[in-house]
Amino acid sequence: MTARGRAWLAAALLLLLPWIPGMQSDSSRSLLTQMAIAAVFALSYNLLLGQTGLLSFGHAVYFGLGGYASIHFLRAINGGLPIPVPFVPLAGALAGLSFGMVFGALTTRRGGTVFALISLGLGEWVHASSLMLPSFFGGEEGVTASRTKGPHLDGLDMASQLQVYYVTAAWLLISAALMYAFMRTPVGRLANAVRDNPERVEFIGYNPQRVRFIVFSVSAMFAGLAGGLHAINYEIVAAESLSAARSGAVLLMVYIGGVDHFLGAVLGAVAITWLQVSLSDYTTAWLLYLGLLFMGVVAFVPGGLAGLAMMHLKVLRTPAMRAIARSYLVALPFAILASAGLVTLIEIVYRRATQPEAGALMKLFWIPMDTAKPWPWIGAAGAAGIGAFALARAWPRIAAAWAEAGEETHARA
Amino acid sequence: MRVPEPATRPLALELVDVHKRFGATPIIRGVSLEIPRGERHAIIGPNGAGKSTLFNLMSGRLRPTHGAIRLDGADVAGKRPFRIARRGLSRSFQVTNIFPRMTVRENVRCSVLWSLGCGYSFLRSIERLRNANERADETLERIGLTARRDALAGVLTYAEQRALEIGITIAGGAHVILLDEPTAGMSRPETEAAVELIRSVSHDRTLVMVEHDMSVVFGLADRVSVLVYGEIVASDTPERIRADSAVRAAYLGAADA
Amino acid sequence: MKELVAFSLLNGVVYGLLLFMLSSGLTLIFSLMGVLNFAHASLFMLGAYLSWQISRWVGFWPALVLAPLLCGLVGAGIERFGLRRVHRQGHVAEILFTFGLAYVIGELVIMAWGRNPIENHVPAAIDFAAFRLFGTSYPFYKVLMMGISVGMFAFLYLAFKRTRVGLVIQAALTHPQMVGALGHDVPRLFVLVFAVGSALAGLAGVIGGFALLTEPNMAANLGPIVFVVVVVGGLGSIPGAFLASMLIGLLQTFAVAIDYSWLDLFRAIGLKVSSDSLLREVWSVKLSQAAPILPYVLLVLMLIVRPRGFMGTRET
Repeated sequence: MTARGRAWLAAALLLLLPWIPGMQSDSSRSLLTQMAIAAVFALSYNLLLGQTGLLSFGHAVYFGLGGYASIHFLRAINGGLPIPVPFVPLAGALAGLSFGMVFGALTTRRGGTVFALISLGLGEWVHASSLMLPSFFGGEEGVTASRTKGPHLDGLDMASQLQVYYVTAAWLLISAALMYAFMRTPVGRLANAVRDNPERVEFIGYNPQRVRFIVFSVSAMFAGLAGGLHAINYEIVAAESLSAARSGAVLLMVYIGGVDHFLGAVLGAVAITWLQVSLSDYTTAWLLYLGLLFMGVVAFVPGGLAGLAMMHLKVLRTPAMRAIARSYLVALPFAILASAGLVTLIEIVYRRATQPEAGALMKLFWIPMDTAKPWPWIGAAGAAGIGAFALARAWPRIAAAWAEAGEETHARA
Repeated sequence: MRVPEPATRPLALELVDVHKRFGATPIIRGVSLEIPRGERHAIIGPNGAGKSTLFNLMSGRLRPTHGAIRLDGADVAGKRPFRIARRGLSRSFQVTNIFPRMTVRENVRCSVLWSLGCGYSFLRSIERLRNANERADETLERIGLTARRDALAGVLTYAEQRALEIGITIAGGAHVILLDEPTAGMSRPETEAAVELIRSVSHDRTLVMVEHDMSVVFGLADRVSVLVYGEIVASDTPERIRADSAVRAAYLGAADA
Repeated sequence: MKELVAFSLLNGVVYGLLLFMLSSGLTLIFSLMGVLNFAHASLFMLGAYLSWQISRWVGFWPALVLAPLLCGLVGAGIERFGLRRVHRQGHVAEILFTFGLAYVIGELVIMAWGRNPIENHVPAAIDFAAFRLFGTSYPFYKVLMMGISVGMFAFLYLAFKRTRVGLVIQAALTHPQMVGALGHDVPRLFVLVFAVGSALAGLAGVIGGFALLTEPNMAANLGPIVFVVVVVGGLGSIPGAFLASMLIGLLQTFAVAIDYSWLDLFRAIGLKVSSDSLLREVWSVKLSQAAPILPYVLLVLMLIVRPRGFMGTRET
């Protein structure tokens, strides 16, 4: 399928998503909107990380500053500025681009580890400063505006979550298309070269710092645009939009989604947003799970979810698939057992540590348990232990099945 | 030290009393060299003589402690590598220095961009740049990697990577080409193929080459300079170098000559 | 006034030395393994919590020894069972691994000790006045802190320049395979280095836990400043880290005491800033309010003026 074809498919998908049974409530559509916003932010971040090899711990600065610029712009619209609300993210994009160019000129002089640390320091600076300048940043409560009070474009009054979703989805499509096109320009290709071997880039006539600067500015622009979408959706922007937590979240999204594929960022954004929203309903330990998941991906699945999907797609129609599927089937029950055991242990300990007043009785996986007694502990530990042990024994079979698949592809090539 | 014949052609590269010290250790101790346009010049010498350092000085990777380096008469000592590359000097590396996660075609295509005036453009798709694509495909043809154009550079065999290394170096059409041990690690047939390639790409250009394989040197070079402990002990035609007893003692010894 | 200066000086030095204790361990791991350990401040936090816990069971002095040891063991475990798999993927992957680890350690601390700050008071054993200055007493534990950090500096210096292990480790950074071929167990060396660095962080935590509030956010609060120290001092340079730590320690401590803003300065020299000027808010921020961001301002200035830091080498 061509890129054009895929773009149309994506557009159709985005159009139909809020009408799928189960997705028709306001809260589901709100979740979809959040995912779309995160996707724009994550795509902008992957321009830096996956495409140019720049690890930034402070990308939320541009998201947040774009958000603040947009919310002020929205207030101006509330006050009479005759611009329809769907155009507000452009203010965010402009703010993102401007700050991106200013800060980028400073920070892209170095790459690698130094760049990462500088981005961290700059992020902390902007976040701390936001609390010192209440007239622009609104202090602790943030800045609010209304998305319904302004000239309406074709009856689009932005009152319903559905409308907000469609505006956000439209911006997602536009941003994704532009970023994709950007990566196929000379600068985009040189960005890949800078990622692979910045030194050699100099010897083919280009200044790697200049390439980084350009990509950085573009990336900041789209991050600012995402901030604008955030402003419209929530009608409030506060200091957390600039925080280290938000910078960390987008890093997690992009890496878990997979840095090597363009849509990996979108996959990660969807997965992590879902985890953040849903998981936090079930457990207070969700940040621990996220951290463990992240570490697991870094150590064992560096290609992320997208890499994993691609890997499996490649072997899907081949004969080796059967051996692989069978090895998975054997390992699956033990994987479930081990995870259930581990999760139970974590949940029990977490509950006792953070909510001692809730008492010893709790219900996990529909099983009521009394954490004061030893049996839940033993049961969970046992499940985790046995599961892990069996998994370790089942692993060589999986590895062998994949090795065979690899040999087959080689033989055919 | 043999004094080279006075140059009558314009000089592509000129080194005047170049010194390079790392901390207290002198590596290059007063090297003067004149390489006229269109010459194929080989630099030989024992390990540790400073050949790669010399290349690094000429291409801008290192800055000389003192001395002058001129490219087409213009002073380039200590300039950033990309400025020197833009003036038409291109170099290859002894340890393969490619872009491993990009395709072979992409590797070569990026190398032609500056010479075609693309600059830092981000408004047109690279696929639409016909010149760039044509030039890239031509280069791929010359280095014999057309069949592997869509493979990721990191998975190529060693010889293929060395060929790509040369491809990246020549793709931009530089008129002064520096090749750092281009045939290192190659078998005899691979070396012969490489020599043919080097001969064809250096036609009408200035070539400076560091080499250990004497058959390559004597087959290709117009002139040879011998670098020992950071100094040039001889600089002359291959035949005279071969016959020079001082050079023999210092370097060639009983090896294949 | 003299009193203010004297105490700010002393406290600034103590804070600077705390930063140095942390940044030296970080620099150690970085310059020998190329790994920027994001979880370093988390190990500092672990040291603080562990020392509190152990003190409650067996008293302070054993805790001073045991807590760092435990942190060292944790560090060894991290390298041996986690980071070792990640080395071959490059430095970005290593940083990311430790980044995730920082989150995980933070959550584990919450699991063990809850979300609220714990009452980490200075133990009776060291809770007395060291000396009196201008009529106010200066606590002994701060003097102890100074002593421990100076000791750390000396230890690191000697370990590197004077021991065989130090020499081998230095070689292993740039040529691990060669060092391995010479018969040294490079993976084990890395475990040792990581363990020592973590133990140093833990030791800093034991003492630092009294000076600062012991709570789950400790790592996130101090971590970025330690990274600033390391960049400003020059990546990989311990003397540079010392200089930068002292500078930032003194800068922040003195700034907190200064309740004046640019606006006050303008007024003093007769410059008027109109009340509806856009930047008036910026000018009216007092230095004491701005103290938390001063390290970052220094970072940016350093980047403009001397990107490699005080004593960094030209390349990363």
